[in-house]
Amino acid sequence: MCLGVPGKIIEIKGEWAKVDVGGTKREVSLALLEGAKLDSYVIVHAGFAIQTLDEDAAQETIRFLDGFAGGRDTA
Amino acid sequence: MKYMDEFRRPAPAAAMVEAIKTLSAGRRGRLAGREIGIMEICGTHTHSISRYGIRAAMPQNIRLISGPGCPVCVTSQPDIDRLIHFVRREKKAIVATFGDMLRVPGSFSSLERERAEGAEIRVVYSPLDCLDIAAANPSKEVMFYSVGFETTAPTVAATIVEARRKGVKNLSVLSLHKLTPPAMRALVDAGDINIDGFIAPGHVTAVIGARAYGFLSEEYGLPCVVAGFEPLDALAGLWMLVKQLSEARRDIEIQYKRVVTWEGNRKAQAVLNDVFTEADAMWRGIGVIPGSGLKIREGFAAFDAEKRFDIGYDGCVVEEAHGCACGKVLKGLITPPECPLFQKACRPDAPQGPCMVSSEGTCAAYYRYERV
Repeated sequence: MCLGVPGKIIEIKGEWAKVDVGGTKREVSLALLEGAKLDSYVIVHAGFAIQTLDEDAAQETIRFLDGFAGGRDTA
Repeated sequence: MKYMDEFRRPAPAAAMVEAIKTLSAGRRGRLAGREIGIMEICGTHTHSISRYGIRAAMPQNIRLISGPGCPVCVTSQPDIDRLIHFVRREKKAIVATFGDMLRVPGSFSSLERERAEGAEIRVVYSPLDCLDIAAANPSKEVMFYSVGFETTAPTVAATIVEARRKGVKNLSVLSLHKLTPPAMRALVDAGDINIDGFIAPGHVTAVIGARAYGFLSEEYGLPCVVAGFEPLDALAGLWMLVKQLSEARRDIEIQYKRVVTWEGNRKAQAVLNDVFTEADAMWRGIGVIPGSGLKIREGFAAFDAEKRFDIGYDGCVVEEAHGCACGKVLKGLITPPECPLFQKACRPDAPQGPCMVSSEGTCAAYYRYERV
C-alpha cells in the first residue's frame, strides 16, 4: 500500500501539479513537498507528491548496476 | 516507464544474485555454513521478492522473512469488528476506505458483505477523495477508515488540514495508522525469530528519513539497508546487507538513494506532526505495541471519528478465525505454506485472513507467485 510511482511534473498551479505517470496525466497535490519544480520527477502516493526523485542519484545507481553486469545489457 | 524499467533488467540481476552467492558461501568467509535471516518489513518488498523469484534465487543459507508490512494485514480484527458495528448502527453514514479493506474478514462479517446488505461504503484512491464525497453528501456523515504507515499518514493529515481550511463539517477520520520503527523494535525484542538484518521500506523512509533506524545498529547491533521496490533495487539492497554481514559491519545504509535521504521529507513530517501524535496501537497477531500508532491531536478533535461517534470495542472479538495463522505469518514465525488453511480453505477468492486478501499480503504473494 506504500506503492509510489515516479512521474514527471508537467504543470504547476499553486499547490497542485499535473504529473505524467507513464503517459497518464494525474492531478497531484504538492501540499507535502517543498520546492517541487517543473520538469522534475516526483514519487506519487495516494494523490500526493511525497518526495522528489533525484535524477543524479538515479543515474549513479544505474551506473553501479551496469558495473555489476560487467557491461552487458547497459541501461 | 522511466525510472522503473532501468531497475528491472535481467543482466545486472543475474550478476547480483551471483555476488550474493559468493559472499554468503565463501569457504573461508564469515558467513560460510551460517543461516542468515533477513526480514523485509514492507508489503511492497514482499510482493516484489515473490513476483521476481528473488526468494528462490537466494543461496540456501539466506532466508528471506516477510514481516508485518502490509497495513491492511496488520489491522486488528477488533478494529474491523467495531467498524462493522458502526455501519450497522449509523445507517446514514458513508464509510470511505482503501480498496483492500473491503474483503478483510472480521469475526462475523466483512465490509464487502455489509455493502451488499446496503451499507454505503466507498473505495477511494486518495484521502482527498473524501472531501469530494463530503461535499456531494452534505446531509450525511462521511467517515474515512484510515490505515497505512508513515507513507500514507501525511496524506491523511494534509486532507484533515484542508478539511478544516474549507470548513467541512461532515467528515471525520478513524485513525488506525501504524508506525514502522516501533514494530521492528518489538519484533527484535520478542526474540521469536532469528533476524540478522533488515531491508527497510523505501517509501516509508522517503518520509521519515533513514536516521530513524539508527537504533537498530546502535542498540541491537543489526544492519539495515533502505531499498527501493524494483527487482534490482531489492537485489542490490540484499547484496549490500549480505556484504555488511560478511564484513561484520552493522550500519544503516541507503540503496534507494534516488528517493531516500537521511532526514526524509521535513514538510510531510511537519504536516503529520501538526495533526497526529503517537499512541499505542493494536497489531493483528502481535498485540498492542506502545507508541506504534497515531491518534488525532486535540486541535483537530472535530475530525476525529473516535471523538465524534461511539465506536468503541464492545462486542469485538480478538481471537482469529479458527485455524487462520495470519498472526504467525505477520511475525515471520511461519511461511504461508505452513498454515493448514493455505491454498485449501484459504484462497484469494475465499480469504480467511487479511494476508490472503491484500495484494501485498504475504499469503497472497506466495499464492500468486510461489505455489508449488
